[in-house]
Amino acid sequence: MSKILIIAEHNGSELNPSTAKTVACAAEIDGAEVHVAVLAANAAAIASAAAEVDGVNKVLTIERSENEHPLAAVLAPQIVAMADAYSHIFGPSTTFGKDLMPHVAALLGVNQISDIMSVTGSHTFKRPVYAGNAIVTVSAATDATVVATVRTASFSAAGGGNSAPIEAADSNADIPSHTRFVSLQSGKTDRPDLQTAAKVVSGGRGVGSSENFGIIYALADKLGAGVGASRAAVDAGYVPNEMQVGQTGKIIAPDLYIAIGISGAIQHLTGIKDAGTIVAINKDEEAPIFEVADIGLVGDLFQIIPELTDAL
Amino acid sequence: MDKILVGLKRVVDYNVRVRVKSDGSGVDTDGVKMSINPFDEIALEEALRIKERGDASEVIVMSIGSGEAQQQLRTGLAMGADRAILVQTDAAIEPLGCARIFKAMIDKEGDVGLVLLGKQAIDDDNSQTGQMLAAIWGRPQATFASEVVLDGDKARVTREVDIGLETIEVDLPAVVTTDLRLNEPRYVKLPDIMKAKKKPLDEVPVAELGIDAGPAIEATAYEPPTERGRGVMVDDVAGLITALQDKGLV
Repeated sequence: MSKILIIAEHNGSELNPSTAKTVACAAEIDGAEVHVAVLAANAAAIASAAAEVDGVNKVLTIERSENEHPLAAVLAPQIVAMADAYSHIFGPSTTFGKDLMPHVAALLGVNQISDIMSVTGSHTFKRPVYAGNAIVTVSAATDATVVATVRTASFSAAGGGNSAPIEAADSNADIPSHTRFVSLQSGKTDRPDLQTAAKVVSGGRGVGSSENFGIIYALADKLGAGVGASRAAVDAGYVPNEMQVGQTGKIIAPDLYIAIGISGAIQHLTGIKDAGTIVAINKDEEAPIFEVADIGLVGDLFQIIPELTDAL
Repeated sequence: MDKILVGLKRVVDYNVRVRVKSDGSGVDTDGVKMSINPFDEIALEEALRIKERGDASEVIVMSIGSGEAQQQLRTGLAMGADRAILVQTDAAIEPLGCARIFKAMIDKEGDVGLVLLGKQAIDDDNSQTGQMLAAIWGRPQATFASEVVLDGDKARVTREVDIGLETIEVDLPAVVTTDLRLNEPRYVKLPDIMKAKKKPLDEVPVAELGIDAGPAIEATAYEPPTERGRGVMVDDVAGLITALQDKGLV
């Protein structure tokens, strides 16, 4: 039987929604027993949130002051110390999980599966390669621990209402001191989180400047949407890096995605192909974004977007 | 520091739209343009800048793969690397095996102060090798770097994370994996290509390193993704709003 340990992602006080999506993936493995590990300086609030997630059988906490910031070198030895009891160890395919899980896998001496998008069996999964232009079925050895990251855009978050038991796990794992947190610069926003928002409005190079992004924000606020951007817009300095959507940025799956002034390079499209409805607004009718858009409108975004914002 | 080791992977060029073979055995790479993985080019550029500032004495580029990867190593030498190592194998090596090969070469070289790798290769999109190398080497990792500042036996690295920019301090030697905005790689000039032909390129058969690649994760079948079809075009904002209302989205 599969016994799965999921590493919770959090910001020190709140559980990240990526965790409930990772649980949803694990729950697709027949007869799986699912435990969530919360490694934090103060685990209580995060652990109770994790205990509410449907499908979780137990929450384990490791409270150490070193766990205040999620450094892979610090967390990995503690996870490895728990690993013996599990057939699988999963994390989300966010920058947190991508940084951490390969480190865990290497300490365990196993290869790792990145970006599980569907579960075929307890040791067989599908994952995207080549920027999503091919889907590969992979099989892991049944006599080794399966360490994997879960492509969160492929799974709906497991529901709430559960009340799994919470236990403190002891960990005396040795932690290296060679890696130290210095600072975090985070663009605090009241807008919905890009990775979990039901609606997302994104701007590209066509928006032209940081100031012009104002019309994108105005439309997003009218819709109650999160805001994203293409790599071109981030490279040009119009918006910060955490807004980038695509192969090397965030992979998202909102119900509604509005791409404004985005031509639609394959690297961008791979980040949105799970969106419910894609709307493209671009002055170039040949733009590849129209190949995948459910609704397309050719025209000048500086006219269309204010008009749309007013009309909604 | 003495040496910086940079990984260069030969991958299908980022402009190529790969297709899955009809028998599902893989993707079609026949006659397809191959290049240095773009993130690895950024890693090499960073290494060269560090050396040009006088903070390192030698930049070594290394690839793991078939003889064809010599092309990418020669490009790396033309960009300015001092010498190249090709760990030769015709088999596909998974990230744990790659990390163990890097570790073996670090031990063989000695005095490696920094390993710079791309944050992911754009073929397998794994994003694992750097983290695995740091784990088995017992040294720090700084992934998804957008700024690297060296300060004696330490480095301060700014990382592109989902919630913004995180800065960490690591002791050297360390593994850094590069994100897109770390730098813009230089163009190779013709005279440099000529000069690169004379730079050393050593070949090491993988068997010589005695690597255990770990339990395999087998790729059993490839399939194309489900395509999104082209939808409807609307003429104006009123048409757009009607289309959105029909779908219950506004």
